[in-house]
Amino acid sequence: MLKLSSIIAAGLAVGLSFSATAGTLEDVKKRGMLSCGVSSGLAGFSQKDEKGAWSGLDVDVCRAVAAAVLGDESKVQYKPLTAKERFTALQSGEVDLLSRNTTWTHTRDTSLGLNFAGVNYYDGQGFMVSKKLGVKSAMELDGASACIQAGTTTELNMADYFRANGMKYTAVTFDTSDLTRQGFESGRCDVLTSDQSQLYAIRIGLKDPSSAMVLPEVISKEPLGPVVSQGDDAWFNIVRWSMFALIEAEFLGVNSANVDKMKAEGKPGQKRLLGTEGDAGEKLGLSADWAYNIVKQVGNYGESFERNVGMGSPLKIARGLNAQWNQGGILYSPPVR
Amino acid sequence: MSKEHMPEVRPVKSGSFFNNPRNRALIYQAILLFGLGFFFYTIVSNALSNMEARGIKSGFGFLFTTSGFDILMSLVDYSATDTYGRTFLVGLLNTILVSIIGIFLATIVGFLMGVAYFSPNWLIKRLSIVYVETFRNIPLLLQVFFWYFAVLAALPDVRDSISFGESVFLNVRGLFFPEIIDEAGSGFVYAALAAAIVAIIVLRKWAHKRQDETGDQFPVFLTSIGILIGLPLLALIVSGNPFHLEYPEASRFNIRGGISVIPELMALTLALTVYTGAFIAEAVRAGVQSVPHGQTEAARSIGLKESRIMSLIVVPQAMRVIVPLLNSEYQSLVKNSTLATAIGYPDLFTVFVGTSLNQTGQAIEIVFMTMAVYFVINMTISFLMNRVNDSVALAERK
Repeated sequence: MLKLSSIIAAGLAVGLSFSATAGTLEDVKKRGMLSCGVSSGLAGFSQKDEKGAWSGLDVDVCRAVAAAVLGDESKVQYKPLTAKERFTALQSGEVDLLSRNTTWTHTRDTSLGLNFAGVNYYDGQGFMVSKKLGVKSAMELDGASACIQAGTTTELNMADYFRANGMKYTAVTFDTSDLTRQGFESGRCDVLTSDQSQLYAIRIGLKDPSSAMVLPEVISKEPLGPVVSQGDDAWFNIVRWSMFALIEAEFLGVNSANVDKMKAEGKPGQKRLLGTEGDAGEKLGLSADWAYNIVKQVGNYGESFERNVGMGSPLKIARGLNAQWNQGGILYSPPVR
Repeated sequence: MSKEHMPEVRPVKSGSFFNNPRNRALIYQAILLFGLGFFFYTIVSNALSNMEARGIKSGFGFLFTTSGFDILMSLVDYSATDTYGRTFLVGLLNTILVSIIGIFLATIVGFLMGVAYFSPNWLIKRLSIVYVETFRNIPLLLQVFFWYFAVLAALPDVRDSISFGESVFLNVRGLFFPEIIDEAGSGFVYAALAAAIVAIIVLRKWAHKRQDETGDQFPVFLTSIGILIGLPLLALIVSGNPFHLEYPEASRFNIRGGISVIPELMALTLALTVYTGAFIAEAVRAGVQSVPHGQTEAARSIGLKESRIMSLIVVPQAMRVIVPLLNSEYQSLVKNSTLATAIGYPDLFTVFVGTSLNQTGQAIEIVFMTMAVYFVINMTISFLMNRVNDSVALAERK
């Protein structure tokens, strides 16, 4: 009987431990570490150098949140996840934040128990082909074999596009971005399809990047952004506004070089963002210098973009849609006030 | 003891209901069962209520919604407009296909290599040892990658295919060969084939009976082959060849038409065959070595030919040791087939736990269904192998 009651007690304990979760903000502060889910390796977005340091546009979101919450951008524990693992890792609480070139879709937002905190890169799906095929447009791809990463929106868009245009194709799916590239290089498929930003990243990873070209067609909308678990609005606000702080800093002309000067003698808007005026940090449950830390340690969105994927990187991607709204793009942060 | 005392005993018996060992056992079992039921009920209801609280969808309704993605290879008709239930079926059939081919080939390779160990030929014996020791000791995932990325990916590009008489093509996209298309009257040939098989079974029984009665042997093997080839061939000529071949042809991007075997299937089959074959070879070696040497000597002493000692005396006795080992090797092979996901062969694990799970996000339902499938497949193998075991077990043990 003793055994039996201990079994029941264990069952109850298992049940209780599920529901006993404090707020993510308290958890992160107590741990002194932000647990951030990133891609297992994608040039420009999240990559690890030979010393084990992570960098990339997605990684910068993790660093910005860590800077805002803990005051130190380096206090991040990176968890590399495949496309298939990512949502389960977030649902189970293994990561506090998922910043892994994840497309914001209706299904994901409504049925997975997740919330998208915003968009840090506006992307679209495209095609990369070997130059020797002589293909100039995606409409010539009828009958081709396509290498695709498994478990992505890419798989669905591809099926839609070919069906809509009455064309046939063979889908060859791989688990990781790296295996997909290997499949393309070995000639297993004629075309590699993925988000455009990834195509450029994969292309520079080829043995001979000049042998492949990216076709002009963009067949889908892929707003990529950080994701948090549903049901913790305080944490959701922190992640969302950390991202807005990156964007707003660029809009206001605050960067990592001039942030100290702006903090002391900037315009009212700049001072409000950086915490010398107003109580923006306090309302988020953070310190007054939350956004100052982000800009000082990570830089603004423009700096992050140029450093990781833009002209200061091997990818050389133009700002395009990802420019500020007054510069021809669609980046728009609500005012910090 | 007088008869009047008897009624006094009965109330004591009924009052000792809880002291009755049978009743006690039942009560304990019932309590345990209740406890276990409660335990699992708690887990399930907790998971469900927490999922609901977090806004995660649950239930099996997703099986009837449109999947919207394509699958590389399917044994049944499938397109992106089909349901997730259909993707489950496609994955299941692909898993069963690779398992059956793998079990069949691994058994052949394993038996050949296992018996080769006992070859008096130095080279053949070393070959067997090197094969077993090499492939048994390298992780299976590495072997899968080896066959896929090192061997098959090194095949020529689709535009420079290796071609055999312009009808069979081999390239990095797979193996392509002509498909036989039935025309009117082809049923006659199939009927002849079925008749040939029946005839062979009858012939074997007859020859066995004749040998038992008279001791005369009949060349069953050669006659069987004759019947198997001759009868359908005759039907083919009589009916005027009611078949035609559909040849694979090079189109702009791929080779179209005919039957194609994708390299993912080839790589996975090769890896599973070679890996499991090494273990089966060891099982066969153990089985053969378990047969006392006296049996071979006894066979020689009654003048049995050296070539028949293995097949008539040693192997039947070795089977008693081999069959239970084979059972677990077959089950491992089925479970190992999930490594398909590493190279994108669309087995159940890749299609259902991979893509479908990620598109719907319904992890619990999908993982549960998949676990149940592997459980059922392996229980089926176990059941069949136990029947085989019964047939080779020592007769007096029954």
